[in-house]
Amino acid sequence: MRNPVIDYTLYLADSALILGQRNGDWCGHGPILEQDIAITNITLDLVGQARSFYQYAATLIGGDTTEDSLAYLRVEREFKNCLLAERPNGDWGQTILRQFLFSSFQRELYTVLTNHTDQILAAIAEKSLKEVNYHCRWSGEWVVRLGDGTEESHLKMKTALENLWPYTGELFKAADYEIAVGMDPSSLHTPWFNQVEKVLHEATLSFSSTEHVFMHTGGKQGAHSEQLGFLLTELQYMQRAYPGSNW
Amino acid sequence: MTTTHLFEAEEKACWALMDELHDPEIPVLSLLDLGIVRAIEVLSPPNQDGKIKVTITATYTGCPAMDWIANAIRIELQTKGYRTVEIKTSIRPAWTTDWMSEKGKEKLKAYGIAPPEKRFQIPGDGIGCPQCGSNDTKLVSEFGSTACKALLQCNQCGEPFDYFKCH
Repeated sequence: MRNPVIDYTLYLADSALILGQRNGDWCGHGPILEQDIAITNITLDLVGQARSFYQYAATLIGGDTTEDSLAYLRVEREFKNCLLAERPNGDWGQTILRQFLFSSFQRELYTVLTNHTDQILAAIAEKSLKEVNYHCRWSGEWVVRLGDGTEESHLKMKTALENLWPYTGELFKAADYEIAVGMDPSSLHTPWFNQVEKVLHEATLSFSSTEHVFMHTGGKQGAHSEQLGFLLTELQYMQRAYPGSNW
Repeated sequence: MTTTHLFEAEEKACWALMDELHDPEIPVLSLLDLGIVRAIEVLSPPNQDGKIKVTITATYTGCPAMDWIANAIRIELQTKGYRTVEIKTSIRPAWTTDWMSEKGKEKLKAYGIAPPEKRFQIPGDGIGCPQCGSNDTKLVSEFGSTACKALLQCNQCGEPFDYFKCH
């Protein structure tokens, strides 16, 4: 059986990379310059996290595997990112809410991972946590600003919440490799939910529409929505069209 | 990790060299000012095999300057006769602005960037303006021109300025 630490590390790397790739689409298109810079800075942090995890996974896999081959030469079914990360950007509100839900989860996850017996995973988590705290604060402030903003911004945030909430359940439903490395995420749900609820409440966004919804799963096992294929086509284009190219 | 520093004089010279290399995005800061060089170990001096190991750490995980910096160190050491230069990147302990030298903080301020301040762990209104010194300032964005900075504006002199975030 394959070392579960490899799959777990790839799950962490893929989730960060895919959300980073999504956010990168905002580069040059943000609503105002400062927020364009903010979302792309967050993107840089996410890609940085992904690189650290891919580098570690590559050493575990061995052979010719590198951080680049893991990012550019695997197919959809090999990607283990959570479905939330691959959801389309939608409008600015949906991008912000996706970031907030994801970063709040990452904060709880990395806090626990910092104490893991795997020293490298723990070190990457500790390093990344400093940045994730920024992401949480920034995205949380925007959720409040838009949710408790104008009638239109409130409506857009409400729609975003309805769109994204069905993809939050997967974060807390353990994959085999999570159990195998002692990182069952179900215990993260309560602290995550409390934090998210607090911010959504401040943003005057009601939870009533999100209770008892069907939760999509499968991303962590490689079963993705059709969205991921399009994303990877763009992400991997250069290496697919010109194998081994570098500059 | 145990290291035996057999060539102290050579290592001291290399540390001094790191003070000559500058951050590509904030050229006023040397690598030593930033605190990103964590260890230097000369395994064999230039008049022998010329082998050296340098450990650096990233400020932010995605900092695009890291590859450039590693390359600059390699080239600099090669010109000094080190034929084998190994550059290691350490992650833990995570880089912190506490490692920035006092000299570096002064240089930042003179350059027009407000240096990290303990009481502003989270960037906010009131960070001293590096241009006119006023504390009547407002936060514009928590994210500035690079990952390590936030953007502010001075209400007194009207100038926008960067704040190097506590990290």
